[in-house]
Amino acid sequence: MTAAPPPVVQTSAPALRRVLAQAGFETKMILRNGEQLLITLILPVFVLVGLTRSSVIEIGTAGATRIDFFAPGVIALAVMSTSFTSQAIATAFDRRNGVLRLLATTPLGRGGLLAGKVLGVLAVEVVQVVVIGAVALGLGWHPVATGAAVAVVGILLGTAAFTALALLLAGTLRAEGVLALANLVLVLLAVAGGIVVPASRLPGALAHLALLLPSGALGECLRGALMHGTLPIASVIVLVAWTAAFAWGAGRLFRWL
Amino acid sequence: MSSPPAVEISALVKRYSGRTVVAGLDLTAPAGQVTAVLGPNGAGKTTTIECCEGLRVPDGGTVRVLGLDPQRDAGALRPRVGVMLQDGGLPTSVRPLEMLRHLASMYATPLDVGPLAERLGITSFARTTVRRLSGGQRQRLALAAAIIGRPELVFLDEPSAGMDPQSRHAVWDLIRELRSEGVSIVLTTHLMDEAEDLADAVVIVDGGTVIARGSVRELTSSVDDATLRFSAGPDLDTASLADALAAGGPHDPGTEHRIQHEGDGDFTVSGPISPATVAALAGWCAVHDILVNRLSIGRRTLEDVFLDLTGRSLR
Repeated sequence: MTAAPPPVVQTSAPALRRVLAQAGFETKMILRNGEQLLITLILPVFVLVGLTRSSVIEIGTAGATRIDFFAPGVIALAVMSTSFTSQAIATAFDRRNGVLRLLATTPLGRGGLLAGKVLGVLAVEVVQVVVIGAVALGLGWHPVATGAAVAVVGILLGTAAFTALALLLAGTLRAEGVLALANLVLVLLAVAGGIVVPASRLPGALAHLALLLPSGALGECLRGALMHGTLPIASVIVLVAWTAAFAWGAGRLFRWL
Repeated sequence: MSSPPAVEISALVKRYSGRTVVAGLDLTAPAGQVTAVLGPNGAGKTTTIECCEGLRVPDGGTVRVLGLDPQRDAGALRPRVGVMLQDGGLPTSVRPLEMLRHLASMYATPLDVGPLAERLGITSFARTTVRRLSGGQRQRLALAAAIIGRPELVFLDEPSAGMDPQSRHAVWDLIRELRSEGVSIVLTTHLMDEAEDLADAVVIVDGGTVIARGSVRELTSSVDDATLRFSAGPDLDTASLADALAAGGPHDPGTEHRIQHEGDGDFTVSGPISPATVAALAGWCAVHDILVNRLSIGRRTLEDVFLDLTGRSLR
């Protein structure tokens, strides 16, 4: 340009700076997008208030208050909406628009892009937990004090499984297809996936099936952590297994171009 | 120390599920020059460029970019090579300067975003999200994105597609300036005037291989030195005219005039064009009561060469 650069060989910014820049970029994109905000923040808060302030859903809470019973599941729902639906849709459209290809040619590279996306998801989840947690506390939520650290582990496991599924869909299907499918799956799992309403309260075979779904397992993990301070080992195994399966599929099938 | 060519491709092969798209392509883009890759749609241009950018893995042959392997040496190459994709590659919800600042943060010593944006007229739409930009505005942003990291080599895939004439000239000026700073540029284009104006070297690709290469001057002056263009009615017996031209003037035996109807009553005559050719054409038209309302003689354009080589039929 006007000030001619000296004839030096250009080098990349340090890897950490690149990944953090991408994470910040991704986070901003999600938090700025109206539709994404709707499913990641407004919907869960709506569900939380609706379930605790009305008795639309008659449910046995095993002696716990409604807010104590539902708040962990709503946080699980929020984690699922960000790591799965929101990430699948964003990545699918980025792929269609060539964003993934362009970023892959910059010093960020494919590995940095993936790392940035995962960190971006985690950053949005922090915002979700803070907002939903604050609303829940306002509604009289009393989580088990020692459960917070355990819950973080559960959130990380769930995020891994759902992000891998998001990438599997986004990397193999058309963007419009991902948009429809990711929203449909979110609704189905929210209603009948054992995430907000525990699997044990679902009718018929769903009561057993939902425990094996990543949604049910994530719900059980957060209820276990925030109501009893422990992670149910079976649900941990379910999440790890789904993560391995989805990540294997995404690694093999993801098409960058 | 002499620097390696910007791009050196030999015997490149790339197949998509059994269909061969690039079939043994050889191409060298000299350092510090503008190399234009021309070819019809589906000729294999974009695939070839994507192999150079490290986005695709070749099925055969070798690709060297700045002397390095785009796959094995990707980490070293990425900061040194700028890329402008055909479809932009810009996220739709981002604003232009935000995108440029973000990309700049990937490099150790990037250009300043402000002056570059000013230079390409991006400042005037800085508050608009990519989603709402016009095609030409997106292209200018994508070009800025390609050079924000001060690359030594830039790949531009159809850089001026969808641009208005002002934007196109701004982009051409920038490309010339980059070259004068020693940057190597490889661009694909459908625009013959773009290649004629900018390119030091032209490579014409069709069917996955290179079918012609050279400077614009070499390509346009190779076989037939001149082209005669004239405009008359569309109903013109080109066979009869060709006979008249062949009888009309002294020229090397064995050379024939080829007459091509370009549509709308415009014709081109290629072959040896002499004053006698013009006289024979005018005489034949007088006999057939045809009024020639325009007639010009000129060197063949790059477009003539391109169409002669790749054929005129739509595909």
